[in-house]
Amino acid sequence: MPILNYIYLCLTLFSIGVIGVLVRRNAIIVFMCIELMLNAVNLLLVAFSKMYNGAAFANAPTSTIGIDAQIFVFFIMVVAAAEVSVGLAIIVMMYRNTHSVDINFLNRLKN
Amino acid sequence: MKVIIAFIILWPLVGFLFNGLGRNFWSKKTVAYKATGYIVASFIFSILAFMNVQEQGAITVHYFDFINTDSIRIPFDFKVDQLSSLFLLVITGIGSLIHLYSTAYMKDEEAPHYARYFAYLNLFIFSMLLLVLGDNFVIMFIGWEGVGLCSYLLIGYWFSNNHFNYAAKKAFIMNRIGDLGFLLAIFWLIVKLGTVSYSEVFTAESLAKLSSADITAITLLLFVGAMGKSAQIPLFTWLPDAMAGPTPVSALIHAATMVTAGIYMITRANILFSASEFTQHVIAIVGISTALLSATIAIKQNDIKKVLAYSTVSQLGYMFLGLGVGAYSGAVFHVITHAFFKALLFLGAGSVIHAMHHEQDIRKMGGLKAKLPITHLTFLLGCIAIAGVPPFSGFFSKDEILAAAFAKSPIYWALGVIGAAMTAFYMFRLYATTFLGQFRGTHDQEHHLHESPISMTLPLILLAIASVTAGAIGIPSIMGGNHWLSHQLIPVIGEQHEGHLSHETEWILMAVSVSIALVALFIAIARYKKQVDAEPQTALGKFLQDKWYIDELYNNAIVQPLNKFAGFLKEVIEKKVIDGAVNGTGKLVQYSARQIRLIQSGQVGYYILFMVLSLVLMIVLWFNDIAILRFLFKLTHK
Repeated sequence: MPILNYIYLCLTLFSIGVIGVLVRRNAIIVFMCIELMLNAVNLLLVAFSKMYNGAAFANAPTSTIGIDAQIFVFFIMVVAAAEVSVGLAIIVMMYRNTHSVDINFLNRLKN
Repeated sequence: MKVIIAFIILWPLVGFLFNGLGRNFWSKKTVAYKATGYIVASFIFSILAFMNVQEQGAITVHYFDFINTDSIRIPFDFKVDQLSSLFLLVITGIGSLIHLYSTAYMKDEEAPHYARYFAYLNLFIFSMLLLVLGDNFVIMFIGWEGVGLCSYLLIGYWFSNNHFNYAAKKAFIMNRIGDLGFLLAIFWLIVKLGTVSYSEVFTAESLAKLSSADITAITLLLFVGAMGKSAQIPLFTWLPDAMAGPTPVSALIHAATMVTAGIYMITRANILFSASEFTQHVIAIVGISTALLSATIAIKQNDIKKVLAYSTVSQLGYMFLGLGVGAYSGAVFHVITHAFFKALLFLGAGSVIHAMHHEQDIRKMGGLKAKLPITHLTFLLGCIAIAGVPPFSGFFSKDEILAAAFAKSPIYWALGVIGAAMTAFYMFRLYATTFLGQFRGTHDQEHHLHESPISMTLPLILLAIASVTAGAIGIPSIMGGNHWLSHQLIPVIGEQHEGHLSHETEWILMAVSVSIALVALFIAIARYKKQVDAEPQTALGKFLQDKWYIDELYNNAIVQPLNKFAGFLKEVIEKKVIDGAVNGTGKLVQYSARQIRLIQSGQVGYYILFMVLSLVLMIVLWFNDIAILRFLFKLTHK
């Protein structure tokens, strides 16, 4: 499969994420959109890793050359999981305080 | 010898520190004894130094290097030679008498102010000694500035009176104008010769290094300095106003010592001045004009101290005439005799003012002869001395200057004789109005009239003796004398070349000037014995009484435009331009901050939007080359 398709997919996912963050007001959906952007990047990392080192994998399935990008993706996922727990906790606290998850109410620091 | 010379100058400094720092602690008696004692001690050491010079000739002592760099070395040296040892005696001698006099004259002052007065007086003597003793122009300049400062402090001694403060400021500023000339001359010497020491500047090699234009410029600049300090046209107007200070100060600073600093300086640098014909003419012309101008003003003044002040300016003019025609020893001679009789006259005037309870208008005096016998007699002797009646001291010194002026040009001589006649006239107008006739003051004043205490009359008597006899040091050869002073000064100023006049001519000149002065003298006595000078009716009289309107001229021509210019700088440049720029910067920041603050709405969505837009912009800007396009192209066309 040509690499370009992956790139198109990732771009689409990332743009959906960005636009979602920009236009939605529900904090949970904004949060999901952030995850979407993160995973678009993950997907791209894996795709490029495969593109550059595909031949090496084909020749020696047990080789570890050039898999750092894929390992990196795992790290990102772990960190993202941690981040999600913090973020959700914030959203829960926010709901308790404002009885809403609308980020437009989060302007108390203004002025 | 090094120690003796150091002590001459250190005693007054010790006195200054003692009185100045302890002015709140010492009693008036302590202050008076110490201050006077230090100057007397200095006088005794001066006599020792003088004797030493008589025996062994001039000496230079080195203390330390004042400035020492690659290009110039200015040592802190003192030079005691025939000229400076004479000045030492005059300064410390008259200084001691005036300190003694002041102890009584100032006795009504409160103790801290009394001590302040004597501290200033001691500091003045210190500065003057520094000026005279220094062996180079820089040390002289330090003393030069010091006496200017002390003059300022003492004129403004009664600082609660604003007019006195203005007089003090006027004196200081006028002096500063002159000092600038002196300073420029020193710089010029440093640039051209790389030295300021007398022993190196006044040599044939140094003179050879200077072009005639250099010498003329340097001497003219030095003369500008002398103009300021010695009150010559156009910088003379400060001296009459300086009479705001206590009378002993007028006697010491503004008659006997400080104002002669210019004459000392020119005599010291006589080799330079003799090398410039042009400067000599300028000095002679300025000198004689000053002498005549201030003599005419003195004729119409009614303040006892103002008359003496203008008389001082006039006599200083004579000294400069003497310097201009090359009669350096004559000028120094006149400095010495003038120091005696003018100090005497000022102290006599102080005694009169003291007796009259600070009344200075001579029209309200009269008939003081009987009430103040000692003051009257000594004042009369002073008047005769300054009028140039033989054999009093003023006659010899003035005659020497006039003879030298005649040798140079008869016009100088004729103008000088006119000035001498006016001197005799105004001095005896002053004498007759003050001491003869009827008393014209209030009954209260008449009741309190009293002769001054011994500490005031003793200096008067001593100075009167000196005024009468000081001529003995310079009796000219035609009268059988050998003119001790001019022989004395030969090492400093060289042989005098004033032998051109035949004895007959000299006798005739003398007879003419003396008889004219005597006629003026008797006219003055006859006219003012009975009646007092009324307010002037004629335009000329008013013109003279108002001092030729020179103060007004300076005020309108220099002071007002300067004030206006300063006002322009303050109102427009300072307030509009500089403040405008500073405040404008602040306002700009404030205004723009207020505008930019609106962007920060608190809406998280906007923040993110800006973040994304900025990121996109950043990527476009950073990777705006074709690398990214090429990469994409490569991917699509595999």
